[in-house]
Amino acid sequence: MDGTSATEQTREGPSASDAVVVTRGLTKRYRGGQLAVDDLCLTVPAGSVFGFLGPNGSGKTTTIRMLMGLIEPTSGTAHVLGRPMPRSARAVLPHVGALIEGPALYGFLSGRDNLLRLDAADPTADPRTGKARVAAALDRVGLTAASGKKARAYSLGMKQRLGLAAALLRPRRLLVLDEPTNGLDPQGMREIRALVRELATDGTTVFLSSHLLDEIEQVCTHVAVMARGRLLTQGPVAELAAGARGRLVVTTPDPADAARVLKEQGLGDVEADGGRVTAEPPARDLAEVNAALVTAGVRVRGFGVERASLEDAFVALTGEGFDVAG
Amino acid sequence: MSRAETVSVSVRPRPLWTLGLFRDELRTTFRRWRTLALLGVLAAVPVLVGIAVRIETGDGSSGGGGGGPAFVSQITNNGLFLVFTALAATLPFFLPMAVGVIAGDAVAGEAGAGTLRYLLVAPSGRTRLLLTKYATVMVFCLAATLVVAVSALAVGALLFPLGDLTTISGTRITFGEGLLRALLIALVVAASLLGVAALGLFVSTLTNSGIAAMATSVGLLITVQILDQIPQLHALHPYLFSHYWLSFADLMREPVHWDDLTRNLGLQALYAAVFGSAAWARFTTKDVTA
Repeated sequence: MDGTSATEQTREGPSASDAVVVTRGLTKRYRGGQLAVDDLCLTVPAGSVFGFLGPNGSGKTTTIRMLMGLIEPTSGTAHVLGRPMPRSARAVLPHVGALIEGPALYGFLSGRDNLLRLDAADPTADPRTGKARVAAALDRVGLTAASGKKARAYSLGMKQRLGLAAALLRPRRLLVLDEPTNGLDPQGMREIRALVRELATDGTTVFLSSHLLDEIEQVCTHVAVMARGRLLTQGPVAELAAGARGRLVVTTPDPADAARVLKEQGLGDVEADGGRVTAEPPARDLAEVNAALVTAGVRVRGFGVERASLEDAFVALTGEGFDVAG
Repeated sequence: MSRAETVSVSVRPRPLWTLGLFRDELRTTFRRWRTLALLGVLAAVPVLVGIAVRIETGDGSSGGGGGGPAFVSQITNNGLFLVFTALAATLPFFLPMAVGVIAGDAVAGEAGAGTLRYLLVAPSGRTRLLLTKYATVMVFCLAATLVVAVSALAVGALLFPLGDLTTISGTRITFGEGLLRALLIALVVAASLLGVAALGLFVSTLTNSGIAAMATSVGLLITVQILDQIPQLHALHPYLFSHYWLSFADLMREPVHWDDLTRNLGLQALYAAVFGSAAWARFTTKDVTA
């Protein structure tokens, strides 16, 4: 992947050649006039676990549907595995496993027959190995014991697992998982997240949409943030969290003195709140700041930088909480 | 150029791929409770007709005079005529209604359940999926007709004598040839349903609600049947898919009158072509949001 020539980068912008998903100016306006996705430029690096974050109604699912060739963009382009969608859907999609807007099953068929049907729908899947692949996929999501039950008797969590199993019927190069832990209990969530990490270790690129910040933070290497159909930012998770910088926190019984010393040391945005004094962390070594405090006779109970969470980053980006877009 | 090679997506469909989905579609369709219920109703019609005729003629009268479906007066002489009667009785409504339900549900039902998106990303391919659906509905047309015919034959053999029979033209043919004609008639009846099937499939691509599509298909069927009964609209009649349906009786003439039979089959082909194309045009371009 890394060996691809630089000339390829000129066509679709930087790093398009080793990106698994590239969209340029992708826009979808529904017939009612509602702008669901607005001028989206997304680049999903190969091998990443790419978190696609945004409140409900921010255009995540519409984007995924465009990537999967289910709906036609109003304008702009989407490339998946280097091929344009939806034009190359039949060549691209056998390499893509997808869970879109929750599982959908044939209630009157058993779990196993549901998977066999989807396997039969894939013209590139070898029908001779179908049963074995279905059994392996069921095993992978822990549904082997329930595979003979009619799907209508499945709980939401089991349906979700079966949907995941469908995405894992064949070795995939890209997995698109839309809210994969919806409806799962905490144990199920942990299992699915472990599965996602495991798949990523195998080299599968995972595109994971979620409205759960901590889920993205736990699992993803990269993240894109959507709100109201627009992309707010994208990049490695660490960078984004660093973008909303952490705070230096000093716990002390002498907050007034501590605040004064921190200001003298040239730290910005100093705030005292009870026994806690916070400030923007300086570029230089924190040990010197600590030494200055102690030298000035400030009694220090705790001293350190509190890392900014993705939530902080999100609030910093949108200037608002994580509510449903109107 | 080089970008396409960067990610070598080399997928060659196998020669038998279409059949894999088709086989599964058949299996899925005929395992549905709804399908079995429809076939059950169709199988019951000849039983009811047979018993009714039996009771009616129990007093020694030949059952004629009262009108009713074609061939009904002949049943007491020969049980084989129950096949023709049953087909004549079910063709105007029961059979096309069943086909309308299955065809209407074909795409819209998958969309409503959300399974359509998973079939499409499998990827089934839109054209391939639509062809599979239409082929399956065609198989259902044949299966439904055969269910009526076989049920009628069984009931006819049970309640009435079998033997050589008289054609509409008055000539005698052997029971064996009669059976052959019955099979031929069943095939023609099944083919008569292809227009409704295409229409239903087209309706099915328009909505995400299986129920709405089924109701619309059946509603259209009833409307067309009514239009076909209004004499003032006779200029329109040759274009209504149901107009030549009962021409299958001409297969019981000696020699067979082919005029209306071929008109019927031609009309069905026309409907299949027009609404098949419309369904294709719609389905291959529509946004799948369900």
